[in-house]
Amino acid sequence: MTRPTEDDKLIIAGRAFGSRLLTGTGKFGQPEQLRAALAASGTEIVTVAVRRVDLNDPADRTLTAIDRDRYLLLPNTSGARDAIEAVRIAKIAAAIVGHRWVKLEVTPEPDYLLPDPVATLQAARELVAQGFTVLPYMNADPILARHLEEAGCATLMPLASPIGSNRGLRTADLIRIIIEQAHVPVVVDAGLGAPSHAAAALELGADAVLVNTAIATAADPVGMAEAFALAVVAGRRAFLAGLPARGDRASASSPLVGRLGQVAP
Amino acid sequence: MSEPSALAGLRDPGLWERVQQRIYSSTSDDVARALASERRTPEQLVALLSPAADAVRAELEAAARQLTLQRFGRTVVLYVPLYLSNSCTNSCSYCGFARQRDIRRATLDDSELDVELQRLAGQHFRHLLLLTGEDRRAASVDFIRAAVARCHARFSSVSVEVYPMAAAEYAALVAAGCDGLTLYQETYHQPTYAAVHPDGPKADFDARLAAPLRAAAAGMRSVSLGALLGLADWRVEGVLLAMHGALLRQQSWRTRLAFGFPRLRSDPGAGCTLRTLSEDELGQLICGLRLCFPDADLVLSTRECAEFRDRMVGVGVTRMSAGSRTAPGGYALGSDAGEQFAVTDTRTPAEIAGMLEAHGYEPVWKDFDQGFLA
Repeated sequence: MTRPTEDDKLIIAGRAFGSRLLTGTGKFGQPEQLRAALAASGTEIVTVAVRRVDLNDPADRTLTAIDRDRYLLLPNTSGARDAIEAVRIAKIAAAIVGHRWVKLEVTPEPDYLLPDPVATLQAARELVAQGFTVLPYMNADPILARHLEEAGCATLMPLASPIGSNRGLRTADLIRIIIEQAHVPVVVDAGLGAPSHAAAALELGADAVLVNTAIATAADPVGMAEAFALAVVAGRRAFLAGLPARGDRASASSPLVGRLGQVAP
Repeated sequence: MSEPSALAGLRDPGLWERVQQRIYSSTSDDVARALASERRTPEQLVALLSPAADAVRAELEAAARQLTLQRFGRTVVLYVPLYLSNSCTNSCSYCGFARQRDIRRATLDDSELDVELQRLAGQHFRHLLLLTGEDRRAASVDFIRAAVARCHARFSSVSVEVYPMAAAEYAALVAAGCDGLTLYQETYHQPTYAAVHPDGPKADFDARLAAPLRAAAAGMRSVSLGALLGLADWRVEGVLLAMHGALLRQQSWRTRLAFGFPRLRSDPGAGCTLRTLSEDELGQLICGLRLCFPDADLVLSTRECAEFRDRMVGVGVTRMSAGSRTAPGGYALGSDAGEQFAVTDTRTPAEIAGMLEAHGYEPVWKDFDQGFLA
């Protein structure tokens, strides 16, 4: 049983999704592997870099691997270095994919690909004004989260650690604050390198995660996609079940106090 | 920091010898430390390119392979070079375009360019590299700018490998839609540089060194550096190349860095002996640069043979040319104009793509979009 319960949907901009695992399409060697990994992940939202695909080519290898009836094809603006470029790419994508959902990425520095907070906010405002449903990739900055939410973004997508780094939930304390304050879904994006990282994000209360590198570059991408699917469900269940409080001191699972009480009259 | 003062260290004529001394005195402990360090700089490259590292090439390769997979996945971008002109005012002793050579000179006009572009687009290419010799009369900045603009209709990415330019000239190319520059220093060993570039504008070592930084500052998204391997000691060449790259990134943090690895196959002339390097040594250089620059594009052209190129897939190389011709009009026009160098990997673009697929890699034809540009 790996499916979430029927009534526990991820709602983004009024649209319901059964899976809380969003996936990327980069770094896969073969389209068949991408197709199989998507299926194994149970994902319903698949993001694609506009720069990487030929949206006008009906035979594009990546696009043909994504069944549009099954997945929401979410174009991203990866490669944009400023707000103007990001807005332009979003509009090109919208004209071709036929909807106005976009994953906003503005990453001016080519090594760590960290999101530019100023340009991201600027682009988000512009795109929302143009009727886009904006899912912004952002630093784990609670104040920026407030601004992006006020700008009308449909989600907040704070990074766990630098994209592609597989370093896990390094920004947990800040993401915790973002989750506490957000009124839109929080999708932890970037840096989740293992299913346990994804589970931890969901346990923390994140609404969903986005994973690409850890699946695409695994020795067995399909097996890893399935592992992430299980982890996301486990993390969500744990969150809903209510994790017990943590303390610094040991607490025995069979307390001695009661028994001693019974022995000594 | 201004351009000249930033480059002062690299211009220092004593640098080569100091680096050489450190490379040849590196120990296996230095190599182990460099391999173990989390953030590697040209400082660590000294050990990784030293003879002390020769014994652990397999370890270097494994580390480079892991890093390349993590940062780039199972993908290799394919591009094609297109020579606009072979006219040149330089007399580089190793180059087929040198002005003293008795070859047929040609510069493509618009209609010839269109014929070439149509052929290349039909082969699936979306990344194009435009090249010229250094002759501002045959191939002016305006001519190159117009060619860049003309290529946009069919190609997602248009970059250039042309003579050094002024900042405003680079900016004009960027405005026309050029997203990358390739400019190789050829050698960082100044006495050799002077010997093989006896005259013409290229004789100015310092001017060439400064140009890539200027292009990056002018907004070129990607800048590719390289040394013509075989002119001087490749180990020292590699460290100074990395220093040049690190400096460029320090000056222009938005610029994407790339390195090319052109390897000279025959005697460079001008009284210089070929300081050849083996494929294993070239592999070591590629791995070393990957370990110091995890996100840099590493480019391997058709100068190298099919077997070596195949072997380097996944190790560090992220961009490859395919089906290259090195003379203007070489694709569809059947031109007999002179070539810059002889191509060794003569496989067709489709064959190269097939080879990548057979290795479990995706041949990426498009990794940029004209939509980024105004």
